[in-house]
Amino acid sequence: MTSFWNEGDPIVDEAAPDGPIETRWDRRKFAAKLVNPANRRKLSVIVVGTGLAGGSAAATLAEAGYKVRSYCYQDSPRRAHSIAAQGGINAAKNYRNDGDSIYRLFYDTVKGGDFRARESNVYRLAQVSVNIIDQCVAQGVPFAREYGGLLDNRSFGGTQVSRTFYARGQTGQQLLLGAYQAMERQIGLGNIEMNARHEMLELIIVDGKARGIVVRDMITGEISTDLADAVVLASGGYGNVFFLSTNAKGCNVTATWRAHRKGALFANPCYTQIHPTCIPESGTHQSKLTLMSESLRNDGRVWVPRGQGDNRPASNIPEEERDYYLERIYPSFGNLVPRDIASRAAKNVCDEGRGVGPGGLGVYLDFADAISRLGRAAVEAKYGNLFEMYQRITGEDPYETPMRIYPAVHYTMGGLWVDYDLQSTIPGLFVVGEANFSDHGANRLGASALMQGLADGYFVLPHTLANYLASGPYEKISEDHAEVVAARQQVEERITKLLSINGDRTVDSFHRELGHIMWEYCGMERTEEGLTKAIDLIRALRDEFWTRVKVPGTGEQLNQNLEKAGRVADFLELGELMCIDALHRAESAGGHFRAESQTPDGEALRHDDEYSYVGAWEFGGTGQAPTLHKEQLDFEYVHPSTRSYK
Amino acid sequence: MDIQVRVWRQSGPDDKGRMVTYDVKDISPDASFLEMLDVLNEKLILDGDDPIAFDHDCREGICGMCGMMINGIAHGPERATTTCQLHMRHFKDGDVIDVEPWRAAPFPVIKDLVVNRGAFDKIIAAGGYITAPTGTAPEAHATPVPKPDADAAFEAATCIGCGACVAACPNGSSMLFTAAKVAHLGLMPQGQPERDTRVINMLETQDDLGFGGCTNMGECTSVCPKGIPLNLIGRLNSDYRKALRKR
Amino acid sequence: MATGRRTPKGVRSSVALKIIMAVSGIVLVGFLYAHMIGNLKIFFGAESFDHYAHWLRTIGVPALPNKVALWLMRIGLIVAVVAHIVAAAILARRARKARPVRYAHRPKVQGSYAARTMRWGGVIIVLFVIWHLLDLTAGVVNPAGGDSEPSARVIDGFQPDRWWVTIFYVLAIVAVGFHLRHGLWSAFRTLGQQTARGQIIGRTVALVLSLVLVVGYLSVPFAVTLGLVD
Repeated sequence: MTSFWNEGDPIVDEAAPDGPIETRWDRRKFAAKLVNPANRRKLSVIVVGTGLAGGSAAATLAEAGYKVRSYCYQDSPRRAHSIAAQGGINAAKNYRNDGDSIYRLFYDTVKGGDFRARESNVYRLAQVSVNIIDQCVAQGVPFAREYGGLLDNRSFGGTQVSRTFYARGQTGQQLLLGAYQAMERQIGLGNIEMNARHEMLELIIVDGKARGIVVRDMITGEISTDLADAVVLASGGYGNVFFLSTNAKGCNVTATWRAHRKGALFANPCYTQIHPTCIPESGTHQSKLTLMSESLRNDGRVWVPRGQGDNRPASNIPEEERDYYLERIYPSFGNLVPRDIASRAAKNVCDEGRGVGPGGLGVYLDFADAISRLGRAAVEAKYGNLFEMYQRITGEDPYETPMRIYPAVHYTMGGLWVDYDLQSTIPGLFVVGEANFSDHGANRLGASALMQGLADGYFVLPHTLANYLASGPYEKISEDHAEVVAARQQVEERITKLLSINGDRTVDSFHRELGHIMWEYCGMERTEEGLTKAIDLIRALRDEFWTRVKVPGTGEQLNQNLEKAGRVADFLELGELMCIDALHRAESAGGHFRAESQTPDGEALRHDDEYSYVGAWEFGGTGQAPTLHKEQLDFEYVHPSTRSYK
Repeated sequence: MDIQVRVWRQSGPDDKGRMVTYDVKDISPDASFLEMLDVLNEKLILDGDDPIAFDHDCREGICGMCGMMINGIAHGPERATTTCQLHMRHFKDGDVIDVEPWRAAPFPVIKDLVVNRGAFDKIIAAGGYITAPTGTAPEAHATPVPKPDADAAFEAATCIGCGACVAACPNGSSMLFTAAKVAHLGLMPQGQPERDTRVINMLETQDDLGFGGCTNMGECTSVCPKGIPLNLIGRLNSDYRKALRKR
Repeated sequence: MATGRRTPKGVRSSVALKIIMAVSGIVLVGFLYAHMIGNLKIFFGAESFDHYAHWLRTIGVPALPNKVALWLMRIGLIVAVVAHIVAAAILARRARKARPVRYAHRPKVQGSYAARTMRWGGVIIVLFVIWHLLDLTAGVVNPAGGDSEPSARVIDGFQPDRWWVTIFYVLAIVAVGFHLRHGLWSAFRTLGQQTARGQIIGRTVALVLSLVLVVGYLSVPFAVTLGLVD
């Protein structure tokens, strides 16, 4: 089995300060070198991506006086997928006076991550969480408020305190617009050069340092290079490797994958979060999945028919022929078991052939009891907008027939390996937000993604990047430097290759097939056998892709299929690495459940003695074995324990 | 169900463009409008034709990237719905559906149904923000905001910048977009110091970009997927008048 | 970025032009009401009507020479009309430029009939006003002639055999009604009306003022044509 990967040297986070955890960030900031304000305008930074992390980083760096050039594939920086985050953002403000503190947020996050995250990073995240709220309020983010005019909070994801700030069900949108507006202000002032509809296709490394990127203008097809003193990747997660996910259609791994191919380590790629309450597929035309708030499980009862292949409408299935399987298997938690348990249980009953709806991939979430107990008006007051959304998409009225739900890929905890300074293993290449691996361990808690994105962009990166830039400006490089020309040529050759195959299968058909493989073998439950098979299937599919894909049109125009083809080609490589990572990690932790590693009653079983490390992968060549570098995780403050739902 | 779509095809900014008819067979009523176009595009690719270019991203009605005129109505016949959330069950078997890009001088067509909406970013850059550089913020509870103001600001801030208001407006005006941002920021105490310069600069930028003026017809609000109310335009007018007086 | 901070810019902005239209429009509505009240005097007899017409020419006499006050009012009206039309023309041109390519498929806009006929309605009203001045003010196209008493011009002008004049008059007044129904409400909004309640009140006020005006103006030609006034 080890033939799938090589074991390399361990890796150490050298930027991390030691000593008392409470003062680590302050000491790091003090030790960091500063850049004289007059020198900042001579230093240029490229930021790829304009979501919460990239947008906030670009705005903050420009405010500080650096020359920033931003890139996004959308037509405007305001559209990055952070905008779709619904629930809220955590912060240890303790406005409820319910015993919250920085330490408690830190504790909850490390534990929620199933003890696979770095304590130093998580503590810093909890520390700056309070500044984020101040910053966003100052920008005019219209958070929900109480009648007294103060900010409202709600509880989220099973924590015992109310520390989640929110703006109705559109918190991500409001936070992103805050960052976007700060960015637009800097664009207006000429401090940020914004390049929308541009896609990064390669990283340029000169003398071992990240010095620029190759981009394609998606309107004209022009390939150009941009050279700078540092590069920041804020390009989001890679959930779209599954084809169907709650990600936006354009979300892709290309920026980080290209950096990985050039030497940046990719950490914990197998950690994916699967959300239990999404609207299921309605047919083969399905292009994406939509998430619905988990709060629905507070009053809805989950069930499937007892018998296999029962096609009767829900209302015709008598009570005794229904299996309320969560209540049956987990009598104490019932319908409120954690995300991963609920997701896996749904998969199991559907695998047994008892799923409902098109393709048998769905389970009922039934509000009939809640409606008869509380009355329709009360249910409507609580969930009205969610019911409306469900009805808009499915055409079914959840007041009359039970909702159908199914789990869907939602977030990826893995990403490029970064040190405490958020710098990757390539000097000058910084990675922020979902694109890095740093803060969530093996499982992310609800309302923590927004927190991490903004923490990285507003408050962490501007300090640590300055420390790097203080050694600059780096030697000027010309456009005809050998490395620059080579990177550009690689991009051009790849595009030419994709356009020249002219085969008989569309890009989407490959993407769908890859998604099926990933979902089947590297989804909610993974086995050694399945993963080994998946690696073979992915390799075969990749070969087929490069011989049979059909990409219409030319490279010198807006060509959405060419864009997709490049992204799918990278997903076809990433998918293999995800399976190898999942295969090597023979334990269950957070979003990674290995069937071989479970307790007798089916719960996830970690092996802290063997796997308490970050798995950081070095690229070994396409189809070649990658090399594993382990970063040992030490827990000085929060001692690993078993999560229990009993 | 089987339908026909007549789609605006334009190979590039300089092409004149034309409506082209396609048959779409056996489409599921549960497919979204964009998924219907996906299915059509898969067929076009395999037939060796150029697939239809259209903007889209989140496909859950929040990013504002998608948008097309469907039978002459921005985002199609369902109210308060983006194109990506419009489903084929709202059409009938045998329907002929006309699909065109947003049409406005400041939104030039790039290809087929894809237009450039960069003008909206320029309006925001002209003043659609509160100046609060990172690190300068006071404690979040330092300034309470009355709940009705915060709620009203939120309602205005839900604009997704899709451009349907401009596309539907007989004058090609972006007043509803600008008004929503002016209202969002102007309703918050943090937004007061820049209230006058904001409205003047945003409005004049909007004019410079070539958007038409508002004649209070209300087409914008009737197609707005987020239901941004028309009276915010009155608020903008009032803010502008007061700001002009002070200038 | 907004270009230039030149002061005159404010006046050329679309909202400033709309404010000019709103204010000039309201001035003109004020005039229409005063005019209507004068018209209705014909129901108190030709003498009352002619006396009113003469009074208009002698306001302020002897402090002012004859007709000076009238001309001051006329100048005010001309300024309002010109401002209203010029602003409308600029805005209409901008709107046309803002949509250089039309939609192939475009159902009727969902707004009211009044809202979408503002511009053509305005043109009809202008044409009518020209006729109206030639007819009843100058008397050039009136059978009673320019030197006759005003009441004679009105009564002769709307005789049954000149039914086409009456029809034109009726159409124009209805056009004015539609124009005001949207125009008045639009003016309120332009001047800053912004609440939901205010919107209902504003629309109602606009509708009532328009209706009263239409009825008031139409009563005179109908009365003449039907022989109720002579």
